[in-house]
Amino acid sequence: MQVSKTFKRIIFLELSIPVALLIIGIYHGLMQTIYRAGVLQDTSFAKLGYYQGLTLHGVINAIVLTTFFAVAFGHATMTYYLKQEPNKKLMWFSFALMLGGTLMASWAMLAGKASVLYTFYPPLKAHPLFYIGTALLIVGSWVPFFNWAVMYTQWKKVHAETKTPLAVIGTLINFTIWFVCTLAVAYEVLVLLVPWSLGWTTTVNVALARTLFWFFGHALVYFWLLPAYIMFYTILPKVAGGKLYSDLAGRMALFLFLLFSVPVGVHHQYSDPSITQGVKFFQGMLTYGVTIPSFITAFTLAASLEYAGRQRGAKGLFGWMKKLPWFDENNFLFSYFICGLILFIFGGVTGIINASYSLNTVVHNTAWLPGHFHMTVAGPVFLAIVGMSLYLYSGMSGKPVFMRKIVTIVPYLWMMGMLVFSFGMSWGGLRGEPRRTNLGISYLNPKSELFRSDWVPTTTLAMMGGIVMFTAGMLFIIAFFGTILRKRKAAGSLEIPVSEAYHDEKRVPLFDQFKPWIIAMIIILVLAYTPALINVNKNSGPGAPRFNIDNPTPLASDNK
Amino acid sequence: MAIDKIEKRIIFSSMAVMGLFVFSLLYAMKKYKSNVPECLPYDKAYAEPKVNKLDDKTYQVFSVASMWQFQPAEIYIPVGSEVDFYVTSKDVVHGFNIAQKNVNMMAVYGSINKTTVKFDKPGVYDIVCHEYCGVGHQNMHAQVYVNYPDAK
Ligand code: HEM
Ligand SMILES: [Cu+2]
Ligand SMILES: [Cu+2]
Repeated sequence: MQVSKTFKRIIFLELSIPVALLIIGIYHGLMQTIYRAGVLQDTSFAKLGYYQGLTLHGVINAIVLTTFFAVAFGHATMTYYLKQEPNKKLMWFSFALMLGGTLMASWAMLAGKASVLYTFYPPLKAHPLFYIGTALLIVGSWVPFFNWAVMYTQWKKVHAETKTPLAVIGTLINFTIWFVCTLAVAYEVLVLLVPWSLGWTTTVNVALARTLFWFFGHALVYFWLLPAYIMFYTILPKVAGGKLYSDLAGRMALFLFLLFSVPVGVHHQYSDPSITQGVKFFQGMLTYGVTIPSFITAFTLAASLEYAGRQRGAKGLFGWMKKLPWFDENNFLFSYFICGLILFIFGGVTGIINASYSLNTVVHNTAWLPGHFHMTVAGPVFLAIVGMSLYLYSGMSGKPVFMRKIVTIVPYLWMMGMLVFSFGMSWGGLRGEPRRTNLGISYLNPKSELFRSDWVPTTTLAMMGGIVMFTAGMLFIIAFFGTILRKRKAAGSLEIPVSEAYHDEKRVPLFDQFKPWIIAMIIILVLAYTPALINVNKNSGPGAPRFNIDNPTPLASDNK
Repeated sequence: MAIDKIEKRIIFSSMAVMGLFVFSLLYAMKKYKSNVPECLPYDKAYAEPKVNKLDDKTYQVFSVASMWQFQPAEIYIPVGSEVDFYVTSKDVVHGFNIAQKNVNMMAVYGSINKTTVKFDKPGVYDIVCHEYCGVGHQNMHAQVYVNYPDAK
């Protein structure tokens, strides 16, 4: 499909800026494993502190990259399926907000004025521009959603009886989740934290702020995941050489995510005070609700891949696995998807463990957690994002991919590194190794009285995996910018592989409209969160003043 | 709405697996008394660090976390004691993790966290701060001495 120059330009910027920032993001990933293994026994390296680097790592990789990509991919998907480009002025406006916000927050982090990690829990205080920048990035990502909603409504008027394409449903569901959950964090940031960080208000209710953050925080992980899910449902079967096993299954899964991805945030607060066991248990059970669409997805995708293998002539029970295009250079997307999915098996299993209420006390805030979520967000999500970024860029610019062979190998390298890394982290976590900790100074320093020799093998494994992941990541970044520097070979156009459905069920009206689902979503949300919010207001004592990262004495309320 | 036969089976088995998980979870809660921390309303009495002996085998510990220490830093109790830990913070958020005993709590300003645990075996149990709490976070720790090196 031909698209306008402006459209291309905006998409190129939205894809390449976060990939450039990944240089900083992934560099710090590697460094963290080196400090944690005790190879570096210092507070900082090359003028960047451990916790400053960890903040950059979390914000760039998990917020900036994912948000920019979700917007760019949403633009591409809506345009491709509805055959209509979004409003250019709004596209620029959204991009400007997101870029401006990212620059503000990056300045605060690089200047060392916001080493509060990407969760920015008060009463640690960051520079106000860190909060404002993050808020702008989020608000910028709302803008296209409103535009797409209008495009969809117009399309639906003309196509009332046609099934809305699955990718369009997915994109709209994802941004509905995003809009609802970011309202909570916008409230936390703009109403509670910004005035407090400026000294206009004196204290903040920490338990409330944490609860608002996690109202956002869990849904955030689905905002990361859904673009990847959309690709798995609508693109993967095609590039595998087959069909999507069931179209309706995809719709069911996506709408169930709409219901269950927000009202479960308290499962990140099992260890928190001020929230009753009843509320925690209830949200734990709702979390199990999310496993249903996850299982539906796992089985539907496996069936689709099996079908693809059989179409390629496979025989026997497992023969289809051998026939899949594992190393096809002309079809590199497949390797990014499949490696992500393999990692996701482990990510999913460890995720169910985390969600399991009292079992969470075994792993909460230990190295197990980063071990888990690198197999989700840095697994299927990351691989789908970078693979698709390169695919879209190369297709729309008409420039052939640079280092095609290496590009196809990168996800395998990443996956192998990740398996070693996550094994080390998870094992360490079970031995009590804390996350978010510069272990090299204390627990992994033989000269320190805190030295823990039982954490040496686990952190060493994590470092070895980290080195491999870093190498794979850098190879990708070289290939991406190498492609940008190449000469145009064809007139670029927007092409997205489209999977047909094997079971293409008749249109079921319930799974082709948003209203009943959004109403159900709000009801569950109110049921799950009213008690939690009452809890944290009723059970909390005094609010907290502001603290800098290097001093136990609070900041006076009148000084900035 | 016709659902494929194999799909039906799969949806059913998924639900059965989840049912099994819920059952195991409830079973473990009953049998091993494994639970998440308890919820108490704030009371500033808990913000004073101390160890209370209620009787020979029952203790209360009011642990106060601050940048970058736990008070009390050393806790001495006899073997077989049941200890109620009450945890709060004087400043930023801290973590309170006794990995060997699956004690896992957040220490939050203006909130009181509580859990109960029994120490059956003698030894030194590390309490590690496992939430980032500023530049000294990696040094923040404390110990529970269960009849070791000598009883107190
Ligand atoms: C070379 C690749 C990478 C390596 C070696 C790496 C390593 C690490 C390590 C060791 C930690 C834990 C540090 C600590 O808790 O003290 C961490 C945290 C984290 N990583 Fe990565 N990572 C990599 C790539 C990624 C990617 C691609 C993403 C997301 C797309 C990601 C997202 C995160 C997040 C969200 C955290 C948590 C930050 C926090 O606790 O505040 N990482 N990473
Ligand atoms: Cu979650
Ligand atoms: Cu700490």
